[in-house]
Amino acid sequence: MAKFRDHMGRPIVAVTGIGVVTSLGVGKSDNWAALTSGKSGIHPITRFPVDHLNTRISGMVDFLPSSSKGASLLTYELAETAAREAVAESGLDSGDFGGPLFLASPPVELDWHERFALYNSDKQDSGAERLLRVARRLKETDVFETTQFGSIADRLADRFGTRGLPITLSTACASGATAIQLGVEAIRRGECDRALSVGADGSATAEALIRFSLLSALSTHNDNPEKASKPFSKDRDGFVLAEGSGALVLESLEAALARGASVLGILSGCGEKADDFHRTRSKPDGSPAIAAVRAALADAGLGEDEIDYVNAHGTSTPENDKMEHLSLSTVFGERIGAMPISSNKSMIGHTLSAAGAVEAAFSLMTMRESVIPPTINYDNPDPAIVLDVVPNRKRDAQVRTVLSNSFGFGGQNTCLVMAREPV
Amino acid sequence: MSSPHDVVITGIGLVSSLGEGPDAHWQKLAQPGLKPVLEAARFAPYTVHPLPEIDWNLQIAKRGDQRQMETWQRLGTYAAGLALDDAGIKGNDELCTTMDMVVAAGGGERDEAVDAAILAASESRNDRDVLLNEKLTTELRPTLFLAQLSNLLAGNISIVHKVTGSSRTFMGEEGAGVAAVETAAARIRSGQSTHILVGGAFQTEHSDMLLGYELAGYLHRGPWKPVWQRQGAEGGGVVSGSGGAFLVLEQRKHAASRGRKIYAELGPVVSGRARRSRGELDAEIAALLKRAAMPGGELLAMSGASGAHAATSAEKAALDAVEAIASRGFSTLTGHMKEAQFPFAVALAALAVDRKAAYPVFDAAAEKPFAGIPASVLATAIGYHQFEGMALVNAA
Repeated sequence: MAKFRDHMGRPIVAVTGIGVVTSLGVGKSDNWAALTSGKSGIHPITRFPVDHLNTRISGMVDFLPSSSKGASLLTYELAETAAREAVAESGLDSGDFGGPLFLASPPVELDWHERFALYNSDKQDSGAERLLRVARRLKETDVFETTQFGSIADRLADRFGTRGLPITLSTACASGATAIQLGVEAIRRGECDRALSVGADGSATAEALIRFSLLSALSTHNDNPEKASKPFSKDRDGFVLAEGSGALVLESLEAALARGASVLGILSGCGEKADDFHRTRSKPDGSPAIAAVRAALADAGLGEDEIDYVNAHGTSTPENDKMEHLSLSTVFGERIGAMPISSNKSMIGHTLSAAGAVEAAFSLMTMRESVIPPTINYDNPDPAIVLDVVPNRKRDAQVRTVLSNSFGFGGQNTCLVMAREPV
Repeated sequence: MSSPHDVVITGIGLVSSLGEGPDAHWQKLAQPGLKPVLEAARFAPYTVHPLPEIDWNLQIAKRGDQRQMETWQRLGTYAAGLALDDAGIKGNDELCTTMDMVVAAGGGERDEAVDAAILAASESRNDRDVLLNEKLTTELRPTLFLAQLSNLLAGNISIVHKVTGSSRTFMGEEGAGVAAVETAAARIRSGQSTHILVGGAFQTEHSDMLLGYELAGYLHRGPWKPVWQRQGAEGGGVVSGSGGAFLVLEQRKHAASRGRKIYAELGPVVSGRARRSRGELDAEIAALLKRAAMPGGELLAMSGASGAHAATSAEKAALDAVEAIASRGFSTLTGHMKEAQFPFAVALAALAVDRKAAYPVFDAAAEKPFAGIPASVLATAIGYHQFEGMALVNAA
C-alpha cells in the first residue's frame, strides 16, 4: 500500500496536471522541445513603439488573441490557457474542478489605451476630473473589470468551477511559487483534496518596461536579443522582461491514486523567509535566501545531500546571481560545484508573477524526462560564481529531486522542493 | 470551550478619519450620535472620510523609509506598527523574525501630475504610444514604482518593523482582506504558525482610487447619508474612507506563555464567491451567516457594508431577517476602506467583546439598540462588487 503521509504526518501532495505558456510557445510539448534545444524566446518588442526606450527587447507572448488587448485580458488568457492544459492532463472536470484557486498575477491598473480613450471621449474640464466624469457615465463594466484586482481570479473561478473565494496574490517575482505553496498548505491542512495553482503575467506594457528600466534592472543588449539573458555570466547586465504562465493541479496523493490519476511528481516542501534589508537589494550575507532554502529542505524532510538539481532563480541581474550563488554555496557547501544548477530564464526571460509557477512546471518535467535544460548564453563565466550551470547544452540525467528558487523585490524569498516519487 | 490552539487577537492597530488606535476608536464609536468626519469639497461631487493628522515618525522612525513610500504604504506600515506595539511584539527580535504576515493590498497610487500632463498632451497627438514613452521615461520618479507597488506594503513592514517570518500579499478588494484573515487563522489552527500579522490599508484621497470604483458608477454623489440610506440617491452608494486595520493573531498557548492580554478569540472565518449575475448573492449571505455558526440569543454584527446598492440591500435584508441580530454599519462613520474593510470589522468586533459593551446605533433610523454584554460579535464584508466573508469573534 502506498504511503500517503509525509515525514510530518501531513497528506503528501501530488501533481496531476501541468500547463505552461511562455514566449517559446503554448503547452508543455512545444516549450520542452525549445527549452531542451537551447532556444531563446527573447525577441525585439513589436507590441508598442520603442522610441525613447533603453531596452527594446523582451520575452513577450505575442501570439495569443489577447496579446494586444492589455495586461488584464492577456494575463487572463495566459492563466486560462495554462490552467486548461493542466486540468485536462489531470483528467478532472474542466468546468467543475471542485477545489480552490490560487492565482499569482501582477497588480492591475487602468491601461493607458483605455485611459486615453476615456479622456478623449470628452472635452470638458481636464485631468482626473474629466476621467471620473466620463467613467461614471460608462454603460459597460468591461473597463472597470480590468482595474479590479480580483477580477481575473473571479473569471477563472467561473471558467473552471473552482470552489470558494479565489485567492489572488502577489509576492513580486516569487508569486508563482507562493501560489503553489498556498495550494500545498491547503491540502496539508485537510481543507481540500485538490487545488489549482496558477501563476500568470501578461503585464509587459511600455510603462512596466519603463518602470523596471528606471530601476536599472533590465538588460540593454538590444542588438542580439537571444543573447541578452545570460545568468551567471560575467557580462550579465539585467533581466529580460517576459510574459508567461504556469499551472499545476495539486492533489493529495491519496485522492489522486484513489481516482486512478497519473502522478506527475510530488510537491514535497515549501520554504520562505522575508528580507528586511532593502526594497530591491538582498541582505549582503544572503541569510534570508539561505533561510528560505533551508526551510524548504526541512519542510520536505530532505538533507542538503538529497537535492539532485537546482532550478535557479537566475535572473541575469548582477545582484541576484551573486546572491543566489552565495546562498546556495552556503547551504550546499563543497557539493555545490558538482550539482547541476540551471536557469530557464536564460531562454524565456523573467516572467515575473508567473516565474515560480513556470519554473516549477519545468522542474517537474526535468524529473519526468530525465533531461536538464541548459543555461544558455554561458560564454563568459563569472569567475566569482563557480557553478555547474549546465552550460549551453541540455544534459541527460536522472533527477529525483529539484529545488526551485524564487526571490523578489520587497524581500520575498520562496523555495519549492519537488520530487519524482513519493518518498 | 477554549483550546490551546485557538486563534486569539492580541494586537489591534487602527487608523481612520476618527483617529488612531483601539482606544481612540472605542471612545469615539461609543458616543451616541457621533458625527462622521467628512471631506466634501476636495473630490466633489464625491465625499470621502479623510485621514486624520498622523505623525508618521511615531511608527516609521527613518525619514528615508517614509520617503520610499506613497501614502498608502506609509498608512499600512503605520497601522501595522500600532498593532505590533499593542501586542508587545514591536522591537522584540525573536518574535518579529518568526512572525508570519499576510497583507491585503491594493496599490496603484500613480503620479497624478505626470498622468494629467500626458492626458492633456494626448488631445493634440495621434502618436500616443510614442508620447507615453517620451513622457514616462523622463518624468516618472524612479522610486515611484516601488512606492506604490502592492507587495511593497509588506516589504516595508519587513524593513521598518522587522517582521520576517514570511510575507504574503493578497490582492482583490474586500475579498483579499477576508482571505488574509481566513488563511492566517487556518495556519494558526493547524499549527503552521504561532503568530501572524494580518491586515490592510486603503488611502482613498487619490483620483485613481476613486476611479477604481467609479468606472462602474459605484460612488455616492450629492449630500452625505448613512450607509443604509443611500438606495435611490444619486450615484452608486459607496462613500470611501482612508484607513487601515492590522491585527496580531496568535495561537492561544503562545499568547498565554508570554502573558499577553487577549482581546478576543477569533472563531470561524468563512468566505464565499456568489455568482451575483446569476442572483446567488442572497443565498450566499444566508449560507455564510449559517456557517459562521451563530450562537443563540442576541448578536451584535459589525457590518462592513459599503453602501453599493445591490450588495448593501442584500446584506441588510439578510441581517434584518434574523430578529436576534443588531447590526452596525460602520462605514457610516469611517467610509469604505476596501482591502482594510474586513480586518477593520474584525477589530471593531474584538473591541466590543473586550469592552463587554455594544456600540450605540450609528444610524437610528436603520439600526436597533443592543442592551446586553456581547459575548460574540459577527464581522461581515460583502464586497461592493464581488466576494463575501464573515467571522465570529468571541469573548477571550
